[in-house]
Amino acid sequence: MKILYPFLSIFVLIIVVFIGVHQADLHFLFGIIIPYVSILVFLIGMVLRVGYWASSPVPFRIPTTAGQGKTLPWIKQDKLESPSTLPQVLGRMALEILLFRSLFRNTKAELSESKLAYGSNKWLWLGGLAFHWTMLIIIVRHYRLFLEPVPGMIHLIESLDGFFEITLPTFYVTDALILICVSFLLLRRLLVPQIRYISLAADYFPLFLIFSIVISGILMRYVLKTDVVKIKMLIGGLLSFQFQVPEGIGTMFYVHLFLVCVLGIYFPFSKLVHMGGVFLSPTRNLANNNREKRHINPWNPKVKIRSYPEYESEFREKMIDAEIPLEEEKNE
Amino acid sequence: MSKYVPTRKNLLKSIEEESNFLSGLTPEKEWLDTPISFRPGNWCHGGKPQVIESLDAPNPRKWSPNDKDWQLPANWQKIIHQGMKDQLDKSRTLKIFMDTCVRCGACADKCHFFLGSGDPKNMPVLRQELIRSIYRKDFTLGGKLLGRLAGAREMTEDVLKEWFMYFHQCTECRRCSVFCPFGIDTAEFTSMARELMHSVGVNINWIMEPASNCNRTGNHLGIEPHTFKQMVESLVEDIEDVTGVTVEPTFNRKGAEILFITPSGDIFADPGVYTMMGYLLLFHHIGLDYTISTYASEGGNFGSFVSHDLTKKLNAKMYHEAERLGVKWILGGECGHMWRVIHQYMDTMNGPADFLEEPVSPITGTKFENARSTKMVHIAEFTADLIKNDRLKLDPRRNNHRTVTFHDSCNPVRAMGMVEEPRYILKNVCNNFHEMPENTIREQTFCCGSGSGLNTNEYMDIRMRGGFPRANAVKHVHDKHKVNLLTAICAIDRVTLKTLMEYWVPGVEVSGLHELVGNALVMEGESERTEDLREDPLEEIEEDEDEDI
Repeated sequence: MKILYPFLSIFVLIIVVFIGVHQADLHFLFGIIIPYVSILVFLIGMVLRVGYWASSPVPFRIPTTAGQGKTLPWIKQDKLESPSTLPQVLGRMALEILLFRSLFRNTKAELSESKLAYGSNKWLWLGGLAFHWTMLIIIVRHYRLFLEPVPGMIHLIESLDGFFEITLPTFYVTDALILICVSFLLLRRLLVPQIRYISLAADYFPLFLIFSIVISGILMRYVLKTDVVKIKMLIGGLLSFQFQVPEGIGTMFYVHLFLVCVLGIYFPFSKLVHMGGVFLSPTRNLANNNREKRHINPWNPKVKIRSYPEYESEFREKMIDAEIPLEEEKNE
Repeated sequence: MSKYVPTRKNLLKSIEEESNFLSGLTPEKEWLDTPISFRPGNWCHGGKPQVIESLDAPNPRKWSPNDKDWQLPANWQKIIHQGMKDQLDKSRTLKIFMDTCVRCGACADKCHFFLGSGDPKNMPVLRQELIRSIYRKDFTLGGKLLGRLAGAREMTEDVLKEWFMYFHQCTECRRCSVFCPFGIDTAEFTSMARELMHSVGVNINWIMEPASNCNRTGNHLGIEPHTFKQMVESLVEDIEDVTGVTVEPTFNRKGAEILFITPSGDIFADPGVYTMMGYLLLFHHIGLDYTISTYASEGGNFGSFVSHDLTKKLNAKMYHEAERLGVKWILGGECGHMWRVIHQYMDTMNGPADFLEEPVSPITGTKFENARSTKMVHIAEFTADLIKNDRLKLDPRRNNHRTVTFHDSCNPVRAMGMVEEPRYILKNVCNNFHEMPENTIREQTFCCGSGSGLNTNEYMDIRMRGGFPRANAVKHVHDKHKVNLLTAICAIDRVTLKTLMEYWVPGVEVSGLHELVGNALVMEGESERTEDLREDPLEEIEEDEDEDI
């Protein structure tokens, strides 16, 4: 169910576009309206999500320290694993966000002959990192469809990405990479028993969706050779609020675009918000300077404590007998 | 051994063979369809009514977790829902952690309870899902619309029982949070769940009774002031027997420079008492102007295993007493969760401690700038500084009968970043020191398996499972280097690791760091030492090889 439903839903989505564009001629709906809806939902959704997070304070400073903290001057502090200043925190977060530092630590536990052993296990790190970076490059690469003239930086990325000039149009390394990465992420979910057991429909759906987006994109580019000039016209129109749909863009483009729009709409309501969450995680984005600088909790509750005088009045006689000094030396 | 745990052989067989991901078996049913079952050794007694009443806590009653009817308040679901909403509103941390998990599985095999049980609900990700599933149902659109397909479920009494079981199979050790790519910390879920359960009267007596005692008498065991003093004085006599030196601790003395607070386990529990003897020798050695309080006679904070309010209530005594006695700053003994609270919560909850001064070592003049605001220094920082400045006369050969390994306690290492100080001290007070394998120490250290208030006898099965990874690593160095002493800077460790070693690795004893310091200290006017603080004979020291000590 948790695998089949997401799979079927992607299937249905693709059928919907085919029928909508091919049979019902709803180019305006799929080319103009849905992209706008998607962008709006994505932007408003993300603003609301981040607003929801931001509306609550971080009551306690709880960094997870993964190395020596700052203490005595002659003890070497591990500034990136146990940062005590803002620049050090930024360094830690950069490692986390750009290089997936924590995932790099991953191990795999094995139990054999009553002994536990922890082997290095970097595949998830490698697959995950390659997936996210590839995705970023592909998104940046798509900007050539939005910008006229195309900026030099994007040309540069394209030419690096298309380094192996083995097809026409030029084959992008990232296209192959992302296929491999998504397949890896999907296969480990399906095949590794522990991961399969913890996975939800919400874990399969985005993977199927991204997989379909990649496939439709590749088909457009290498097989069906969709007319890029007309796509640029359509996107140019979207950007300048001129609602025209050029004739003769292949259906595969609408499949690709629609699935991207679904991704945009789905994003703010799903686990994909981890993109924002990773910046805000208090175990990573706070300095381990707790005893040096007081952290303020705005709702710090008033709590009634058992005060010393209450304590003394209960144990007074016993304390006198034991010659423990008292606060008030009356009754002597 | 406890009747609540099978023999070592049988437990090991069970860990290896029962439906266990680690041995390649997949459970037949999805976790949402797997009911829990209470059996001897896997649950702790519920909070006793008089204990709950003494803390003005909700729903005091006589109950047992294996009762069918938990006698919950009629509107308990509403209380939990409202409690969840309040906690989410009050904490961005929880919101982020609820929304951000992608179930990548990196945490799955990082939990000591998972490694010792193979129970899928002990994978940190599933432990979180136990609450996250309710969060989805109550607070997200997808969960409301799609229900189980979105991983959402209703809060029922069975779910509450599942929470009770699995949020008491988490020791809030935070090992998983080291590996999580988003730093999601299961300890936050556990403390959320325990606070919610507490709000409907679901808690365990082993936590609630020490908390109640601590509130009334100042320490977990409920030791009253005169007895507390007697207990320390009997340690003073033991010190005299071994060293011939009379140390003179004072109690509740106004005007002392430093207030010393340590977990009460060091006063009464074996082997914590030897650590206490080490502190007393150290303070005498350097002539420290300090006092011990009978009112704030507990470093540990069992409130921190229940709720933020109770944490604050118990912790407040430290500053309250420091202010009353007019000391300059506070020195804290070896303890794990005590230091989690002091380092990450105390100043926020009960500060600012304006009435204290920035801590300066009266012996070396070192300013503890890292404790500038909280004004409380860890004894390992204090002693490391003394050794570095050559203020201690140490003969590490007096620990030659010990081959030592060091257990990093969860909280000092993962919540403070205390890694090197204890190692520096160890290397100066003993000659035979070996580290355990690297995936089991420092920030990757394994919990003793009984932390966060679970070190009770009726829970022995789960405790011995949870401690299995730690014991396994100790066994490795025991076999390889003949390690016979496991040293830790945590009072709970000292008690629970002792039991753990007796069960899994007989032949390894457990000590605190300052017990070894006490052994090595060459005291002025001491008699010839033939025994260590445990009154075990020392290895003979060949004096002709004597270096200049």
